[in-house]
Amino acid sequence: MSTYTTIKRLLPKGRCLILSGPFLWLLVFFLMPFIFVAKISVAEAELSIPPYTAMFDWIDGVLGIRVSINNFLWVLDDPLYVQAYLNSIKMAFFSTLFCLLLGYPMAYAIAKAPKEQQTVWLLLVLLPSWTSFLIRVYAWVGLLKNNGLINGLLMWLGIIDDPIQMINTNFAVYVGIVYSYLPFMVLPLYANLVKHDNALLEAAADLGAGHFTRLFRITLPLSINGIVAGSMLVFIPVVGEYVIPELLGGTETIMIGKVLWQEFFNNRDWPVASALALIMVFILIIPITLFHRFQNKEANL
Amino acid sequence: MTSSEITRKNSRAQDEVLLSIKNITKKYDDALAVDDISLDIKKGEIFALLGASGSGKSTLLRMLAGFEKATSGKICIGSEDITHLQPNERPFNMMFQSYALFPHMTVAKNIAFGLQQDGMAKADIDARVSEMLKLVHMEKYAKRKPHQLSGGQRQRVALARSLAKHPKLLLLDEPMGALDKKLRTEMQLEVVDIIERVGVTCVMVTHDQEEAMTMADRIAIMDEGEIQQIGTPVDIYESPLNRMVAEFIGSVNIFESEIIEDEEHFMKLFCPDIDTDIYVGRGVSSGIDDRNMLFALRPEKTFISVEKPDMDHNVTEGTVEDIAYLGGHTVYYVKLTSGKIVQCFLANTERRAERPDWDEKVYVFWQDDAGMVMRS
Repeated sequence: MSTYTTIKRLLPKGRCLILSGPFLWLLVFFLMPFIFVAKISVAEAELSIPPYTAMFDWIDGVLGIRVSINNFLWVLDDPLYVQAYLNSIKMAFFSTLFCLLLGYPMAYAIAKAPKEQQTVWLLLVLLPSWTSFLIRVYAWVGLLKNNGLINGLLMWLGIIDDPIQMINTNFAVYVGIVYSYLPFMVLPLYANLVKHDNALLEAAADLGAGHFTRLFRITLPLSINGIVAGSMLVFIPVVGEYVIPELLGGTETIMIGKVLWQEFFNNRDWPVASALALIMVFILIIPITLFHRFQNKEANL
Repeated sequence: MTSSEITRKNSRAQDEVLLSIKNITKKYDDALAVDDISLDIKKGEIFALLGASGSGKSTLLRMLAGFEKATSGKICIGSEDITHLQPNERPFNMMFQSYALFPHMTVAKNIAFGLQQDGMAKADIDARVSEMLKLVHMEKYAKRKPHQLSGGQRQRVALARSLAKHPKLLLLDEPMGALDKKLRTEMQLEVVDIIERVGVTCVMVTHDQEEAMTMADRIAIMDEGEIQQIGTPVDIYESPLNRMVAEFIGSVNIFESEIIEDEEHFMKLFCPDIDTDIYVGRGVSSGIDDRNMLFALRPEKTFISVEKPDMDHNVTEGTVEDIAYLGGHTVYYVKLTSGKIVQCFLANTERRAERPDWDEKVYVFWQDDAGMVMRS
């Protein structure tokens, strides 16, 4: 065997080279930070820089490893944190539901629109995200606050005498979340619905099915993948959402993102904050795994 | 299915009219897709709409199914006007070109779908589904999903689904369009067999003349939104009304010619391309002054020989320009003295027989009743 072929065999193949790019990216920007967070979560808070105890210490030739699970016990024991988790999941669930109820008809209408109009409608769905997320959430403050646009208009019209308290309520948080995450629901649904073969609906009509039967027995079951994908894209980030509850929510809105922020910046308790983040990741892994299993099952059919 | 229904085989087209299409027209913006078509479908027949793409045949079928609204005209079953009924209100079922089987439902559920819409009892549905599965020989596949089936099996399911509701009229849209050639021939006969056993009236759309001729009792040739001719396969092939029909079905040689004599039992034509007169064993007996005629000759009705036949008409001289050996028959392209190329089929009834060769001088001739005479 010539040297050339030996070298060629030892060098990674083109396929490996191309794949190594994204793997390296995930390693550096996802796995490494995750390991840091995991490491901090088993440390203890300390008044120092950084504000937590070291994992390894080297005293008189003895290597000591300190792994504390107190943070996890603390988090799981305190009803405030458990409440925050449950509340986040509840808010994420209803936000996803509202996004679905609002986004499905939108996606359906876009998918059924004439081909040349579809781009325009999709652009209109995406257009708001061309401005900063933060500014758009602030804009909702201007709309919802007591002397804001909506209350002002309602009072000017004489429908109400006193402003309705909307800002700093869960209602405002829902409005903000549904508004911000709607495109993430509409796009996968559109991508799914636009592929549907119109002949299937014609066949169903031909066999005697009316509008509702066609929707519930043909269109909905066939778009289940789009529904699941859109719901995941909304549910997962909303569970950890911080900005929207912070700006639009009030004291009643306890979400895990906000609690995490408080632990990290107000209490400077990095280990507890890390433990909170880690638990959140595990909570979210469950629906993601279910989603993947579901997708694989669909693909195998 | 009862045994009486099975024994109805071969008692196809009856004289009773099931469906009448009256002056139906469909316009898209300004384009005429279907232009003032009137047509009667008889009970029990298989009727084919045959035409090239864009001839309006699919639009007409979709208007029958109710997917397209007619711009004007009427569609009636018996005395009942169904022009404005929605697809789900019509007693018709369609088998789609792509089959349009519901991918998320099993074969059995696909077939049951239409029955459920009628609110049929569960036990009756099950009975009808298994009856249908048996009809199309798919009993073993009831639990499969469409993507687990082959093309031919999918077609059987699609056929079973469209027959399950016992429609008054079965619509077939390019029924063999999604199958490969070998399977196509097989399924053509099987589908006809099933349709006959059920005894349903059927309107099909196809661009494949062989398919139309194999399956249909009557064929309508469509072109540019109009029906050019309606007739049995034999009528259409042997007595085309015009050049379009003659050229659309099979191969044909067309000679522009002029009437010399037109009597009750014969006529003589002059054609500059042909050395002798054309003698036709029947007359058109038309009083029209226009003496221009088209003489059409099917390639399989011509003879070809290197020796001059002893005839004083219907014979012409040429040289062999090209030969295409197709196994069953050989196609000769003979260049006449005028330069016109004529197609002749020579059936290969003998193995490796002595045949005219390239550039050989040959005589093309035909019998008195072989040709067809058309005005346009």
